[in-house]
Amino acid sequence: MSTLERVVEALAGISHTVQKPRDGAVAIEIEASVVPQALAALRDRAGFDTNVFVTAIDRYPAEPRFTVCYSFLSTAHNDRVRVQARIPGEKPHIATITHLWPGTAYSERECYDMFGIVFDGHTGLKRLLMPQGYDHHPLRKDFPHQGIEPDRLYREWDQRRRDRSPLRSESEA
Amino acid sequence: MGSLKPADGHASETGFFVTQVDWVVNWGRKNSLWPMPLGLSCCGIELMAMIGPKFDIARFGAEAARFSPRQCDLMVVAGTLTWKMAEAARLIYDQMPDPKWVIAMGVCSSSGGMYDSYSVVQGVDMILPVDLYVPGCPPRPDAVIDAILKLQKKIEREKPFQLLLDGDVVGEYDSGTKRFLRAPNHGVPTTGSHEVLPPTKPGRGRS
Repeated sequence: MSTLERVVEALAGISHTVQKPRDGAVAIEIEASVVPQALAALRDRAGFDTNVFVTAIDRYPAEPRFTVCYSFLSTAHNDRVRVQARIPGEKPHIATITHLWPGTAYSERECYDMFGIVFDGHTGLKRLLMPQGYDHHPLRKDFPHQGIEPDRLYREWDQRRRDRSPLRSESEA
Repeated sequence: MGSLKPADGHASETGFFVTQVDWVVNWGRKNSLWPMPLGLSCCGIELMAMIGPKFDIARFGAEAARFSPRQCDLMVVAGTLTWKMAEAARLIYDQMPDPKWVIAMGVCSSSGGMYDSYSVVQGVDMILPVDLYVPGCPPRPDAVIDAILKLQKKIEREKPFQLLLDGDVVGEYDSGTKRFLRAPNHGVPTTGSHEVLPPTKPGRGRS
């Protein structure tokens, strides 16, 4: 039984589209609303026991803007499957899969940090790479690569530091 | 200690005694530059090579790398400084007692280098007064040793006791470009002149 046949059999009863990517990988697209059921079926019925990554693609300005991408590996069958789900750009959110693969917590945090996609049900969804309190999501296509006020948080911290400092200097004020 | 002849011609202006004390103080400072190794990326590896036996900065009195900023004189910012790390770097600098010097090692810490990016500080002179910039990606240990020798020359020219009253511990800061233009001209440290601040984040130690 080929990988695709196994995937399609596991997803019986869940609407999905089989994609034909140029690299020949097994790739399917599903609705964002069925992500937890579909991925649980892949894990339990098709043997995809390892999550490789969770990331996103920003297709700005097209709608639906974001594509959340999952890649899974079956250690028993030594094959992989890619799963995509599209979500709109306005308040993007999708269900978490941390109850299926606890290790995806970091991937989802990174995805939230870089794209601003909220993973509903994630228990510790905060920024992973950028400082807490930063307002923007750097991997979005409408984010300028030199950043938006990249020094703002540091300058605010620096101002608090100087307000508390016993050493006041006019030249630095 | 060698000759006690003043290195410059200021003896007539300031008096023989002050010039000689300056010379002795500078001699002590320049030959015991204890580095604070702020190794942030690949430059940190070259920094380790420089401290190690092959290049051996012990020859210049700078081998005692201390991992407490309170025992250091020379901060070597070795690598890419991100804005998230900038607070920690500034805090480490503030905790170092005066007099203190800064070497920006490598193009990343000198100017941001190839990382013209939202996350990288475009030159550590945006947050610290820098004495010397060392180009290279990463610079060879020889280049950094050359920087230390140049810094020793710079320390020789300082006049700590003449700046006793109006010593400058901050350097020159341009609030327009938000950059430090000049490193401090060190006077003699007085009590409380270096900034040692309690943590600013809530929940960690004193607030």
